[in-house]
Parts: sequence; structure tokens; C-alpha cells
Amino acid sequence: MPDQSTNQAVHLLKYTLQLADNALILGHRLSEWCGHGPILEQDIALTNISLDHLGQARSLYQYAAEQFNNIPAEIQASFFASPLMQQVNSSVDEDDLAYLRDVSDFRNVLLAEQPNGDWACTIARSFFLDTFNFYLFTDLQHCKDETLAAIAEKSLKEATYHMRWSSEWVIRLGDGTEESHRRMQQAVDDLWMYTGELFLTSAAEQETAASGNSIAGNTIKDNWMQRVTAVIEEATLTLPESGWMQDGGKDGRHSEHLGYILAEMQFMQRAYPGMEW
Amino acid sequence: MSDINKTQQEWPLWEVFIRSKAGLDHKHAGSLHAADVQMAIENARDVYTRRMEGVSIWVVESKYVHASDPDHAASLYDPAQDKIYRHPTFYNLPEELKHM
Repeated sequence: MPDQSTNQAVHLLKYTLQLADNALILGHRLSEWCGHGPILEQDIALTNISLDHLGQARSLYQYAAEQFNNIPAEIQASFFASPLMQQVNSSVDEDDLAYLRDVSDFRNVLLAEQPNGDWACTIARSFFLDTFNFYLFTDLQHCKDETLAAIAEKSLKEATYHMRWSSEWVIRLGDGTEESHRRMQQAVDDLWMYTGELFLTSAAEQETAASGNSIAGNTIKDNWMQRVTAVIEEATLTLPESGWMQDGGKDGRHSEHLGYILAEMQFMQRAYPGMEW
Repeated sequence: MSDINKTQQEWPLWEVFIRSKAGLDHKHAGSLHAADVQMAIENARDVYTRRMEGVSIWVVESKYVHASDPDHAASLYDPAQDKIYRHPTFYNLPEELKHM
């Protein structure tokens, strides 16, 4: 039975991975638009934003790797389900965490891994997540864990821009042509069932938030809902009824899509282990 | 047909001016397409300030920029060529005058 401080360390690691995986998977999804954006300027905007997310993911994975390398060996051995992670000999690094874990070791919310769909769908997914990240980082920059606080402070500037960018697109499309309105409403309706998970408190969130080291998602729900409602109204769209919500991502239970993302993203390291360029 | 024409309509063109640091002038950086002014500023931010080129952005729709006619170049600019007295270096300053 691990002692209490080890328990705390494991929860903090899981929480850090939640944040890191959200950033990596959303960043990867947005990078799929590279070269396919509706116009050159938005192609560049999207890849910029994608790289912001990848930058956040790197900082968080570096911190997660540091935490993992400091927990007792017997806990390390069973922490990840992926066989390749158990074969890493010395210490793990950010790349191992990104490229060697399989689906069930990822802790991102299901919303982040949903397919790009049409432009409205990509915008809706970013809008929900950017708004969440804005309020999350706003609070997280004051948490007790100094590394997470520093990463949040840096990321908040990026998240502020992301939220402005995606909010404006929601308004532009919703309050645009008949077709753009229809597509934007469809995207909001389709993705709505994935928003509930943002505010479900995982065990890792519960434990780390209790000690002041993290922010539990449910504490920012009111702010999120207020801002999302205002933007949706300005866009002349309708907020869906809050019905049944999907969940599971934070605990490693994912939709079919994540496997395909990893298959493409991890291919090189799987086929040519340890390759660098 | 009208639908096809609609989707083929280009977004308006905008001219972008970037101030590289406080105290300097905004300089023309290039142009881009955007649907509205907010998008133009954000596109300019993404296209022209990714490598820390700027601290301030101006955008103006290209249709509002009026240019001189190249065919008038001779009458507009050539007459300035022999007016050297318009340059301060044309004048000899007295020795006693300092700080010029």
C-alpha cells in the first residue's frame, strides 16, 4: 500500500497528463488542417494555434516525465498499461509519453479527439475547449504547484487569443449565411454531449484540487456556461438542451477516433524506435 | 449558378501596416484577405507578427487606398530633381552656429 505522499504524487502525475493529453490531441487534430485551411490566412492561423497547443503539451509532458521518474519503481511498473512504456529502461522523457503510450493511457477529454468534420465542427470543438482552457488557466496560474502555475500563466496568453479567435468564428458563421448558420448549429448540437466531461471531477482532480495543486473542472462550469451562452446568443444560435453526456476520457476510456490519431501520430516512433531528426 | 458565384466571391483584400516597436512608424507589411476588420487584424497577427515583428497593427481595406498614376510619374516627380535648394545641405551655415 503506497504511502500518502506517493498517492499524491500519482494523482498529480495523472492530472498533469490530463492537461498534457488535451493539449497534444487537440493540437494534433488542428495540425491535420495544415495545407487544407479554407484560405491561406486561416491555414496559418490554425497551424499557429496548433503549435501553441503542442508547445503547452511539451511543457506539461516534460513536467509529467520528471514526476514519473521520481515515483517509486514498483509504482512506475504498473502506472502505464502500454507494454512499450514498461520497456523504457532508464528514465522516460516527453517523447516517450507522447509516442509510446497506447489509447488507454491517454487522459484527454473525448471532445479533444473528435474528428475535424467541416469548418464549423472544428470551430465548435475549439470554441468549447478554448473557453474551458481560458478559465482553467486563469485559475490554475494561482495554484500551489509552482510548475503548473507557471505553465498556466504562460498558456493563458495563448488561450485568450484562441478563445477570441474561435468565439468570433462561431458568431461569424452563426450570424452569417443560411448555410453557415445551419452548419454551425449542427456542429454545436453534435458536440454538445462531449462538453459535460470537462466538468466531471476525476479522482486525480479531486485529490490534487483538495491540496490546492490543481483546479477541478466543475469549479469553472458557471463561468464557462455564461461565456458560451453569451457567444451562442450573439451568433443567433440555440444552446442544446443539456441531455445525456459522454465521459470516460479522463480515465482512459476513449472513442474509436483516438486509436486512429495515435496510429498516424506515433507511426514513425513505432516503426523506427528511437529515431530522431 | 448564383450559388456558385457566391462561393467564388473572394473576401476583400486588406493592406497591413505593422509598428515594429514603440516610437517607430507603422510600415506597410503586405496584404491579405479577410471577411471583416476583426478577422483582418487577427490574420495580420498570424501572418505578419509570428516572429515578433510587431507591437501594433493597422489594417485598411485595399479599396480605400488611392495610388498616384504611374503614367504621371514624370510630371509628378521629375521636377524635384533640380531643386537642390530644398535640401538643408544646400546651405552653408556660419561657423558660430552650433548643434545643427
